[in-house]
This record gives sequence, C-alpha cells and structure tokens, in this order.
Amino acid sequence: MAEASQKIPVTVLTGYLGAGKTTLLNRILSENHGKKYAVIVNEFGEIGIDNDLIIGADEEVFEMNNGCICCTVRGDLVRIMDGLMKRKGKFDAIIVETTGLADPAPVAQTFFVDEDVQKNARLDAVVTVADAKWLSDRLKDAPEAKNQIAFADVIVLNKTDLVSKPELAEVEARIRGINPYAKLHRTERCQVGLTDVLERGAFDLDRILEIEPDFLEAGDDHDHDHDHHHNHDHDHNHDHGHGLKHYHDEDMQSLSLRSEKPLDPTKFMPWLQNLVATEGQKILRSKGILAFTGDDDRYVFQGVHMMLEGDHQRKWKDGEKRESRVVFIGRELPEQAIRDGFEQCITT
Amino acid sequence: MKEFDPGEAPSSIVSITDRVKQLPLGAAVGSVHFLGDRAFFVGAEESVAIATIDGEITRTETHFGAILCAASDGKRLVTGGDDGKLIAIDAKGEISTIATDAKRRWIDNVALHSDGTVAWSAGKTAFVRNPKGEEKTFEVPSTVGGLAFAPKGLRLAIAHYNGVTLWFPNMAANPEFLEWAGSHLAVTFSPDNKFLVTAMHEAAMHGWRLADNRHMRMSGYPGRVRSMSWSAGGKGLATSGADTVIVWPFTSKDGPMGKEPAMLAPMPARVAVVACHPKNDIMAVGYADGTVLMVRFEDGAEILVRRNAGAAVSALGWNAKGTLLAFGTEDGDAGILEM
Repeated sequence: MAEASQKIPVTVLTGYLGAGKTTLLNRILSENHGKKYAVIVNEFGEIGIDNDLIIGADEEVFEMNNGCICCTVRGDLVRIMDGLMKRKGKFDAIIVETTGLADPAPVAQTFFVDEDVQKNARLDAVVTVADAKWLSDRLKDAPEAKNQIAFADVIVLNKTDLVSKPELAEVEARIRGINPYAKLHRTERCQVGLTDVLERGAFDLDRILEIEPDFLEAGDDHDHDHDHHHNHDHDHNHDHGHGLKHYHDEDMQSLSLRSEKPLDPTKFMPWLQNLVATEGQKILRSKGILAFTGDDDRYVFQGVHMMLEGDHQRKWKDGEKRESRVVFIGRELPEQAIRDGFEQCITT
Repeated sequence: MKEFDPGEAPSSIVSITDRVKQLPLGAAVGSVHFLGDRAFFVGAEESVAIATIDGEITRTETHFGAILCAASDGKRLVTGGDDGKLIAIDAKGEISTIATDAKRRWIDNVALHSDGTVAWSAGKTAFVRNPKGEEKTFEVPSTVGGLAFAPKGLRLAIAHYNGVTLWFPNMAANPEFLEWAGSHLAVTFSPDNKFLVTAMHEAAMHGWRLADNRHMRMSGYPGRVRSMSWSAGGKGLATSGADTVIVWPFTSKDGPMGKEPAMLAPMPARVAVVACHPKNDIMAVGYADGTVLMVRFEDGAEILVRRNAGAAVSALGWNAKGTLLAFGTEDGDAGILEM
C-alpha cells in the first residue's frame, strides 16, 4: 500500500445536466492551490481556463471480454490515461468529468480492472454535483441522476440559495434516502472547500479507517442512525423527532448490516463473493469493516458492482469494539435475503 | 530478482554490455528508429534525440506535449502528439509539419506506406494523405486503436472496438469489416500479406487469415501485449506481455492455428519490447526490469546487452542493414550497439 501514495489520484466528477459541474471545475482550475490538474472533459470549450492538460473525451463504454455483463470500462479513459502518463510529473492529479447522463460505474471500474491504469493511477472519489432546486424532480424522472447520487462519495448540493429551508430539507432527505454515507456539502455557486472534494481517498482501503465517522454515523450534520429497520410505508415521510424528514426511495436504497459477534471468514467471503456475482448488477457500491473469528486484524473491503477488493488493514486496538459493519447501496436490493445471508455468517 | 548476474549461471550467458555506447538522454524514451546510421529516439514528450554511434546527441523539439505515436519507413520519421500535430523528421533532422488537427485533438496513431502515403488518426477519424498532398478521411464507429498499411496495394487496417476495418482509400468499394468482440489496439499485417493480427485491450491477441477471414485466437498472456515484431521473412510474430517472449509460428498456411507458440528468453520480469533483426533469425528483447537481451530463435541462446537497472525498457530498434541496435528506457537511459 506504500506505493498507493505515488499513484496519481483521480477524481470523478458527475452530476446531472446544469447542476454546476463546470462551475466547480472552473473553480478547481482557477484557484490558487499550487496544484496542477489534468482534466478529462466530455465537452470541449465549456471550460474558460486555458490549460494544455484539458483533454476532450468521447465516453466510450466497452464491455470487458470476461463474461461479466456489468463489467464495463471506459475505453477512451484507458487510452487517455496511457497518453497522460507520458507527461507524468507535469500534473498532480486528474479530474474526469462525465456527461450529465453518464453512469459513474464504468469510470470507476476502469480503475479496478485495467492493469496499466491501476499501475499509475488510483481512484480518489466520486464527487456528484446536485442541483438543490431540481434534484427532487430528477430523482423521480431520471434514473441517471439517482445513479449519480447513489454512487457518490461526496455530494455537492449546489444552488441552495434558490430554495427555501423546507425545500432544502426535503431534497437532503431524498438524498439521504438513497445514500446516507456520502459527505454532503451545501453550496451556492459550488463554493465548497476544494479539500472537501479533492484528495478524499474514498477508494483507499487504508483510509476506510479515516472516513469511519461518516461511514458509521451516516452524514456530517446529524448523528442519527440511518440503519433501515423502518417498517413504514414507501414514499411517505415521517418525522424522526428532530425535524429531519426521512424518505425511503422506491428503487434505490442503502442497506447496512452490523454484528457485534465475529464473522466466520469461511462463510462470509464465499457469501459476499456469491452475492456480488449474482446481485452485482443491482449493487452499485459496497464497503465493509469486518471482525473475523480468531483474527486479530480488521479486514476491510469495498466494491463496485461485481468487483471487490479487500485486505487486512491493521490490528484491532485494545478496547476497540470488534464490530463488523457492511454497507450496500443499490437498486431493488433483496434486503431480507441479504440480511438472512449475513446472519448465517455470524459465528455462534 | 534484483540482481541478474550472468557470471553465476552455469551455462554463463555471453555479455557484451561493455560494447554498448552509452547515451544518457535524461528523458523518457517512447520509441527508437534508425534513419541511415543515426538513431532517432522519440521522447515520451516534446523532443526527438538524434544520436550517432560515437555518442554525439542532438535534440530537436517537435511537439508541445506528449508524443503519442511514431512510425518510420527508414527515410523519415513521423510523430503525432497531444498538441494535435503530425510532424515529419528527415534523416538530416529537418522538421516539417504534415498536419495540424483543427480541433487540436490528440494524434493517437500513425502509419507509413512505402509509396510515401501517411495515415494517422484522431478520435474516430482515420486520415490518409498521399505524396501529392491529397487527403481523405474515414470514420469508424469508435476511437481508432491502431493503424497499419498492408504490404501490398494501398489498404489501411483500422483497429477499433469490436474489430478491424480494412479501408481502400483509392477505391470506391465499401471497406471490409473483420469482426471480433472486444477492444482492438495495435494492428499488424504479416509481411506476406496473408494474415492480420491485433493486440487487444485484454491480455490477448486476435488474428484473421485474410483469404477466408478465419479467426485465430492467441491468448494466455498474463499482461497486455504492447509490442509485436515480425521475424525476418515473417516466419514468426514475437510478442511482449509475458515473462518470456511468445513467438507465434506463421510458416504454414494456417498460421498459428492449432500450434503452440515458442517461449524464449524467460526472465523474472515481463517482456516489455521486442524487435526482430531485419535479416537474421535473432531478436532484441527489452524487459520491465531494464534488461536487454539478444535472443536466437533457433535455440533460444541469449546474449546480454544491458543489465537490469532502473525502469523498463521502452524502445528497441535495428537499422535497416541490421548492423546497429538501439535501446531506450522509461527513465531516460539509452544506448547503441554496433554488431
């Protein structure tokens, strides 16, 4: 993992049409932060900054020839990364802007499956810019918008000046109904601290530790537990007693599993692998911190659709609660089957 | 794995490392080509370094940015860059601009025909320009992965996603399409014009027998094939991508179909570049650990040209007579060997 820091970090910038991606990009490129970014954009000319490291890309999504139907990659990215690596040392990080209608998965998967890309670069985070005024509508009529929220590590909820407080609470609740784990920032004209969107290390197994508070507490501005034990009807909202509306999205959910008893690795690993192999098309993101029976090390994993990576991370500390937590974000997740399967992996 | 010491091996590999003229270029090398007796080292970015066997180096600025592709016909060297320019350099080192992409798109691929025609690609568009300056373009369904002219006639192979398009720029006939699922990158014709082979995005190659478009699958590589080189007379196709050189036999009318490839020069590092000698049955092999070997096809006998050091070998080239071998590395080291 030591060499991970030498790999060039890549931030994927998504967001529905008009949400403010270009505004954020222009800010990143124009602000005086002493860093140089190579930017891969889908539409040339929108960026007002003169930079010889802005590369226009055609989003070419290719299926990998490995029999896995959801294993798609961005062929153009593979080629562009290859060319960019010839200019190593001329830039510090890469930003990939996707079109408003793009699914972030093929971009992310490119960094999991392509050997050459993986050698030189690492996925840093998926940042989704959302329009506070229109997101609620888009979540109803645009599956792409929902995908982008579900996939995000960081959500920049932009144009908050154009909505009332109740409207803002409503759209935030809708976002949290889909993805309670992303870092959420409310902004006007994308005025967010650049350190809040760049260099997040969201895909770095070693840093799953550092993002633990968000990971476990689900959100940065309130600490109520989003564990979905709710049994209320779909698509209504109810009050949790401190003014936060709670939505359950019809088709995109997150599912959180927890066990204070250790897991049996000989059961858990085959179960997880089988789960992503069979339900991987529905599972957009997965993450976990695991305590295995007879293992003094924490095990961490993360995944995108059918792709998983995991490793022993470090020893459990003295006095640290050896609790396993697993999170899935996906579409029409078979919740009960997943809960039952997980229960079976608990050492009794 | 770190130290490859030829002295310890019982059948002691012959070393000629002391006969190599060292050329500390100091900038990553992308490829090397001979124009006459001078080696033209194409940098990963910005410039071409021209070196003589005496070690004299002159550097010529050619692109404002990365140099993405290069091809040579022995008379000139043509390079394409991320500045959207296609540049020609002649044996004297004179530079001329062949084309500038109107949208400053990357020039991803270039190929040269023996009659002086040049082909290049930017995005999905392939261009050809004949010696009279007449230009034609052809668009394929996805980004061009590689270009190659057939050894006979004016026929251009354009590799892309899901296959290869064979385009005849001077004929009204529809282009031919050779289909195979997956992303096709580098493409090459066998010297006898009977076979077409692509290196794919996954760790495999694909081939077609052009008489009947019969498929040839060449797989089993641990890594992507980035370098392919035809042996003298086209008897075999030597390839990178494994920790030995994989040489596919092309002597029979069926090509490598149903045959095992030869596996030569095993090392504890991946083969990065291969370059077959233009006349004799030997090849130069560069590895990811910096080693350069000369290897005889017949029995796999090896001669050490450069010890492992630093970064991967990224360039190998012979002069037309086969009397000079040049190599370059990703960390800017290079050398010339007189045979």
